[in-house]
Amino acid sequence: MTELLKINGLCVEFPTRRGTVQAAKDVSLTVSPGEVVGLVGESGAGKSTIGNAIIDLLEAPGRVSGGSILFQGEELRGRSDAEMRMVRGNRIGMIFQDPQTSLNPLMTIGAQLVETIQKTNDLGITQAEARAVELLEQVGITEARARLLAYPHQFSGGMRQRVVIALALAGDPDLIIADEPTTALDVSIQAQILDLIKDLCRKRKLGVIIVTHDIGVIANIADRVVVMYRGDVVETGDVAQILGAPQHEYTKSLIAAVPRADRKMHRFSSVDYIEGGHQPSAKIDVQTHWLGQGAKHENTGPAIQVEGLNLSFVLQKALLKRNRKMLRAVNDVSFQLEPGETFGLVGESGSGKSTVARLIAGLYRPDAGTVRVLGQDVTTAPHSREARRARRAVQMIFQDPYSSLNARMRVMDIVAEPIRFYKLTSSEAETRKIVGDLLDHVGLGAGAALRYPHEFSGGQRQRISIARALASRPRILICDEPTSALDVSVQATILNLLKDLQSELGLTMLFISHDLPVVRQMCDKIAVMRNGQICEIAPTEQLFESPQHAYSRHLLDLMPKMDLLARAPA
Amino acid sequence: MLFFILKRLAQSVLVMAVVSAVSFSLFNFVGDPVNNMVGQDATREQRIEIRQQLGLDDPILTQYSRFIGNMVQGDFGLSYRIKRPVDELIFERLPATLELVFVSAIIALVVGIGLGIYTGIRRHAWASRAVLSVSLIGVSLPTFIIGIALIYIFAVHLRWLPSSGRSGTVDLGGWKTSLLSIDGWRAIILPAITLSLFQLTLILRLVRAEMLEVMQTDFIKFARARGLSERAIHFRHALRNTLVPVITIIGLNIGGLIAFSVITETVFQWPGTGLMFIQAVDFVDVPIMAAYLVFVALLFVIINLVVDILYFVVDPRIRLGN
Repeated sequence: MTELLKINGLCVEFPTRRGTVQAAKDVSLTVSPGEVVGLVGESGAGKSTIGNAIIDLLEAPGRVSGGSILFQGEELRGRSDAEMRMVRGNRIGMIFQDPQTSLNPLMTIGAQLVETIQKTNDLGITQAEARAVELLEQVGITEARARLLAYPHQFSGGMRQRVVIALALAGDPDLIIADEPTTALDVSIQAQILDLIKDLCRKRKLGVIIVTHDIGVIANIADRVVVMYRGDVVETGDVAQILGAPQHEYTKSLIAAVPRADRKMHRFSSVDYIEGGHQPSAKIDVQTHWLGQGAKHENTGPAIQVEGLNLSFVLQKALLKRNRKMLRAVNDVSFQLEPGETFGLVGESGSGKSTVARLIAGLYRPDAGTVRVLGQDVTTAPHSREARRARRAVQMIFQDPYSSLNARMRVMDIVAEPIRFYKLTSSEAETRKIVGDLLDHVGLGAGAALRYPHEFSGGQRQRISIARALASRPRILICDEPTSALDVSVQATILNLLKDLQSELGLTMLFISHDLPVVRQMCDKIAVMRNGQICEIAPTEQLFESPQHAYSRHLLDLMPKMDLLARAPA
Repeated sequence: MLFFILKRLAQSVLVMAVVSAVSFSLFNFVGDPVNNMVGQDATREQRIEIRQQLGLDDPILTQYSRFIGNMVQGDFGLSYRIKRPVDELIFERLPATLELVFVSAIIALVVGIGLGIYTGIRRHAWASRAVLSVSLIGVSLPTFIIGIALIYIFAVHLRWLPSSGRSGTVDLGGWKTSLLSIDGWRAIILPAITLSLFQLTLILRLVRAEMLEVMQTDFIKFARARGLSERAIHFRHALRNTLVPVITIIGLNIGGLIAFSVITETVFQWPGTGLMFIQAVDFVDVPIMAAYLVFVALLFVIINLVVDILYFVVDPRIRLGN
């Protein structure tokens, strides 16, 4: 079989002030026509670097320092920019991660398509438009001709990714490099986009490189897999072999860290190979520590009780009420959390799950309905002393560890802020001692207190967020997609930490996620949300084994099939 | 969109009401106008007669509503000093100022955007660094120093251009323009450059910063990955995305040009409204001061309204809603 792309001993380096970073070391891989090659690894593995190096679009100051890139038998290294421009788009197409930002917001998609088509083919404007319509139809966009005049913001995320794919196909390339093409999309959309890519690959005999961190995507689409770890290819092979019988230690731990959807485990498999797998063991004895001795609430009822919650957002303003466009983000939602339980809220983006969390935390005020925290109504008089005291028992952990910490504050002050605000200690020395203990307990070590957030990785930052949430001695934690921005191995350690804290402190948890396997491992009870409404509330095992609502079944069907994965015997 | 414009119009009316109140209060707080109008030897009767003529004995609210009523009809009363209607005086002087502002705005826009793009794209080029260093002078030196320096170099030393005044005007049905004769252009070029320098620097640096930011975005990377030419990427994709913040600043600054023109007009003895205003201040000619205040505020309000409407034109996300 003739190879479409043959990379041999590719090295990419990034010279920096502190010395040269080797982003890719001696990487070799091949892609044949009609084949999907998955390039998998965690952040910093160098997988995107490979894709960028192939089309010579490495970010400055990166450069290829060795090896060869043979595309259809021709060497791509050392070509001039003008020559590479004839390769890009015409022979190699590229798809990027975030369809929200890949398209020029100020140009109609028709103009962007026509521009690209005219660059790659010698066509007049009407012919180019006809070709644009054809391309949009091929990627599954209906009423394509009318859509040419639409702007990117008028499309949903999944539709935009289809437009991006159409643009990548405009020059009729032989190789597509897709860099995390579905990471920013909902599961149902993800499945459609992957099917589309697979279909195009088969029909057009395209070679496809899928760069991803998601084992689920690999399992669904790839024929062969290349596993990368810190710039090295650690393992290459057939998808069934890599996922089913991994040879390298890293591949094994990576696969073990993927949360299981098929049954509930006590803990997430901890991964030793990966950074952050080891934890400083300076734990504190919670029972005797300050942390475990918060004000006791004499409440025996539900920890959180939500009744008939409603909230609408104004989408389009108008003078007349009937002309206003409203979005019912939360539509008559009721549920309750028993003390000590973990309650999962699942749904796709736009289902209103984060809005519910924000309503409970008091970040939004509902249009109607009540929220009771530990028996205390916090919605009707949100600023009363009782409501504030009750709300102190609720703390939030947000999704994005990069934007949820103030970059200009030291970790000490970030974690101490709730303690100082609520005056929970008698002296500054005590506060500092407690912050140190908290940081020890979440696995960062007290030494972290003097540093700034940017010095930490995503997972470590999420530990800081957890320490900050614990600092007001809460009874209830709201975790809004706490691990969706993290690599799987780091995700496993963070989720284990949350589980440990919950059992030590007897916390009640509201756990919001779109990731069903994670939810199955974490939660006792689950509510499925769609369009602002709750479809179904059921105990976890019952929901996964015999979902009642049609939408729950639909969501479960969309979970990536992981049958190929090597698993410890059940 | 209609809703948005109506809202902005309502805000504009509020702004104008406040400004008119301030300018009206000038009449009452900047000395007794009668003293300014009559000679030292005027009799008591003469003074009382003038007071009655001007309606200065009426209650303050009556005076204010009369002021507003007249103002809306374009009547700002008589200049104390020249004894002619203020609106006539302003409209005589207006072409000079508007032409000066127009020419300097064009210079600031064309040169500012052009150099901004260049320095944004060729970030490390020697010329970019030079432009950026020189441009610092534009913001750090006061306008009158630049004006005097230009006069010294081009008028006194090289003798290429006239040092002051406005000449070579052509009368176009009441609008005296200096843009139709060589003499007119020779006269306008130095003041226009002086007035534009500050704005030019601001626009240059803003366009450069926006350009650098846009060039980092994913859609530019995606455009590269499709093999589009650098020209298409820079001008079709990047430039338009830098325009929204640039339009905001330009809108505010055209108002600023008119306000700054007071200094430039003084340095170059340019017979525009700014010079007239300074002379009015010297003589405490309150009607002119009040009218100028209202007039400048009105210009600011109109320009900002136009800017808000321009957003709709440039950005489909605002135009079409989400």
